[in-house]
Formats: sequence, structure tokens, C-alpha cells
Amino acid sequence: MIRYIIYKTILSSFILVLSLVVAMYSTLIERKVAGWFQDRHGPNRTGPWGLLQPFADGAKLFFKEEFMPISADKFLYILGPSLTMFIALLTSAVIPWGPDLSIHGVASPLQVADVNIGILYIFAILSIGVYGIMIGGWASNNKYALLGAVRASSQMISYELAMSLSIITIVMMTGSLSMREIVAQQQGFHWNIFFQPLGFLIFLICAFAETNRSPFDLPECETELVGGYHTEYSSMKLGFYLFAEYINMFISGAVMATLFLGGYHFPGLDKLGLSPNVFAFVSFMVLFTKITFFGFIYMWIRWTLPRFRYDQLMKLGWKNLIPLAILNVVITGIVILLNQ
Amino acid sequence: MKSLTNRSRVVSNKQMNFWERIYFPAILNGMRITFGHLFRKKTTVQYPEVKREYSDIYRGKHVLKRDEEGRERCTACGLCAVACPAEAITMVAAERKPGEEHLYREEKYAIVYEINMLRCIFCGDCEEACPKEAIFLTPELVKSEYSRDKFTYGKDELVEPLDPAKRIDVSKRQTAEVLEFKKNKKYKHNK
Repeated sequence: MIRYIIYKTILSSFILVLSLVVAMYSTLIERKVAGWFQDRHGPNRTGPWGLLQPFADGAKLFFKEEFMPISADKFLYILGPSLTMFIALLTSAVIPWGPDLSIHGVASPLQVADVNIGILYIFAILSIGVYGIMIGGWASNNKYALLGAVRASSQMISYELAMSLSIITIVMMTGSLSMREIVAQQQGFHWNIFFQPLGFLIFLICAFAETNRSPFDLPECETELVGGYHTEYSSMKLGFYLFAEYINMFISGAVMATLFLGGYHFPGLDKLGLSPNVFAFVSFMVLFTKITFFGFIYMWIRWTLPRFRYDQLMKLGWKNLIPLAILNVVITGIVILLNQ
Repeated sequence: MKSLTNRSRVVSNKQMNFWERIYFPAILNGMRITFGHLFRKKTTVQYPEVKREYSDIYRGKHVLKRDEEGRERCTACGLCAVACPAEAITMVAAERKPGEEHLYREEKYAIVYEINMLRCIFCGDCEEACPKEAIFLTPELVKSEYSRDKFTYGKDELVEPLDPAKRIDVSKRQTAEVLEFKKNKKYKHNK
């Protein structure tokens, strides 16, 4: 029992540190990629290739003045960024990061919690995700922040529907809500993306909206709302909001890789006859590569597309994505019935 | 009416067709274009390590030239000060004492010669006005300072060093026509 607790503690701290480091370096990569897309170099002055830039940014954020508007609700104002960060870090618990490790002959799963309703857990966390932004925007007592918060909440609620509907098809195919089971069924090259291309597309678009990334970054829309929900935030509280966005990117990449791109599976990898621990490591790297790929897609889209107008966002969500997702569910149901 | 440039277009409000309305072809095309930019040559000049090449006749900080024997060419005639549109140049003339022939080329010289670099617009009219080939602009830049009074450059900063190795080369500023003109002793300028 002690062993179990120690193992899970180590694993969860590892994943925590991993998410934080990846988020930290995503900020650098984002700026690098932005530079490359615009024929620039990106940050390259802080350390070799700008590798120390995230530390410089972090230190800067820490030493900035911690400003709180006098009319702000003090408790909620602090709760907002804390909640955002907390929730961003929660999702990673149910993601299977690789096949079982073998420690002293005991198979130890590379997953913090094998909840048998993993997908429901992810939905639940995603739904709470908007609270951090809403509370922060509301507590700032600023009209721009409030508008940003209102936009964030309605955007997230609208896109959650289509997102859930696109995952339902996966659940129908797999017959299980456990992430582990879903990954196990995609072994080899039976990736869900080949059976559910439409579902994947809908999920991808919704993931952009859920993480508030461009072209759906209306909650923080600089051109209209100054900074949106984080207008009144400064110092590390602002840092938490910005940081949480990158953690969300990482985690949503992991969820997409797990649900649609076969998780840690890669065709032919299990036939190489690697020892269990090496196999687990290589599989983890495969998953990590897939997540990085999604991270790049996020940045690629951001530096390609302009921002949506709010009515276009709502129209896309309610009039296009949800009917398409429902159609996808119906078609999947029919195909499953015919194959029985 | 005939258009001047032939670039005018008739605006159309035609309905988008299906492929245009789902946006995906346009989005993918956009992504293709941005991806192509990843591998383009970067336009940035990485300044302290790489410096952009200056023009040979770049108009930067001034220099007061010496002649081949190291004597100051300036004779304090004041033509540069008159020509200066920004009134940045002031000078005080003095008579050359016996025994100073190795220092000053002419009998009259500038004992004080000041250019206010904050007033100067680097137009180059002073070098054009100078009959003695004494003042030139160089590709060197005026350094930034913390106080305004440091920008009034005196002779200590303007006159080029005596050491022949440290002389400032201005030969590229003089075009073939100017060099030809200087050979002609018919003109007073060249005497």
C-alpha cells in the first residue's frame, strides 16, 4: 500500500512538473514559431537559441507589481487565476501516458488514476474550466473583463456540446468510458481518426475554442477588450492565466492524441521486442511527439487565421458543428448496428 | 471615365459557393502559405554581430580634416556656418603665431569650432560649402549621451587624429567630377 502511494506520488509529481515545463517552453516555442512564420528569428538573446527566455519571463512576472483594483472582490479576484491553474492541471490525471512499467516485477500503470469513467471526468473538468475565467472577469469589476468573461462562458458552453457529441461516437465504438480501454483498442494502426475523421475535425475545432486559442480567442480579444478577462490582472496572477492556457494546450493535445491518434501506440512498435521499461519509455515519447504535433498545429493556426467575429463564432458552434456532430453520432450508430 | 492605373476592380457581392462557405480550402491554403514562410530566409539583421553595410557617402558625424603634413585645413572662413540650415556650427577665428606653421595650414585658423549634434540635420551642406576640403561627414554615428551639453562637439572630437594610420578616409565621398575639378588650378577653390 505504501509502495502504491509512493509510486502514485512520484508519478503525479512527474506529470505535474512535465506539464509545467512543457507549458513554460511552449511560451518560448510559440514566440519562436511566430517569428519563423513572420520571417523573423524569434527570441534568441537569452541563452543559446533563447532557451533561458521562459525563466526570464517567469522572473519578470514574479517581480512585477502585484496590483489589485480597489473595487475588486478580493477573494474572488485571487480565486480566479488559482482556480484556472488548478483545473488546468487536473485533467492530466486520467491520461494514460504509456504502457505498464515493470518495477521489481510489478506492473505499474503509467496513469495516475485509471478512472473507469475517464471521459466523463474530462468533460466535468472542462466544464469547470470556464469558472476560473468567469470568476476572474467578474471579480475585476471592469467592463472589459466582464465582457471577456461573458464571452468565455457562452463560447465554452456552446462548444462543449459539439465536443461531447463528437466524443460520444468514440464511446459508441469503444463501448467504454475508460481512457485506458480506449487507447488499448487503438493498438497498432487502428487509430480512431481513420474511423471518425469528422468527429476528429469537430473535436479539434472545439478544442481550439475550449482553450481560447486563436481564431477563437475572443475572451481576451486585444483589439476590442484590451485584455479581456485578465485586463485587471498583473504579476504572477496574470502569469497563471497565461500559463494555464499553455497547460490547457498541452493537455488538450494529450486528450486528442489519446482519443483519436492512438495514444502511445505506434504501428510496429510492440513487435520490436523491447524490454517493458524501454518499451514504456519509447511509447511515452511517441505520445509526446503526437502532443507536440498538436501543439504545433495550435500555433500554426494561430499565426494563420484572423479572429472570428462573435456572431460567426456562435453561428459556427450552434448551426454547423452541433448538427454535424449529431449527424456523425447517427451515422456511427447506423454503421455499428449494421455490423452487428 | 478612363482609369489612371488600370488597377480598379468592380466590386461584386456574389454569394459564396459551397466550397467557399465551408472555408476549409481557404484555411488549408492559408496554412500552406504560412508553412512556406517557416523555411524562408529571415529578414532580421542580428545587429551587434552583423552590421548592415553603410553607404560610402553616409552622412554621419563630422570630421575636420588635416592635410598630408598633418596641418589643420580649416581656415575659419565661416562658410559652413553660413551654409548650415540648422545653425549648428559656431567658430572663433584666431591668427596663426610664428612657429605654429606645422599646426595650421593657413594664416587664420579656428581656435574654437563647435557643432551641436542635436541641431545638426546631417544634410552635408557644410562639406559642400567648404572651400578648403576641411569638413566632411563620415559613416561614423554620433553616440548617445545622458545630457544635452555633451552633444556640442568641440575640436577635440571633430579634428581627425595626427597619426597617419588613424586618419579618416574620405576619398570615397569625392566623386570623379569633384576630383577632376580639384586638379584644375584655374579655380580659386583649388589654390
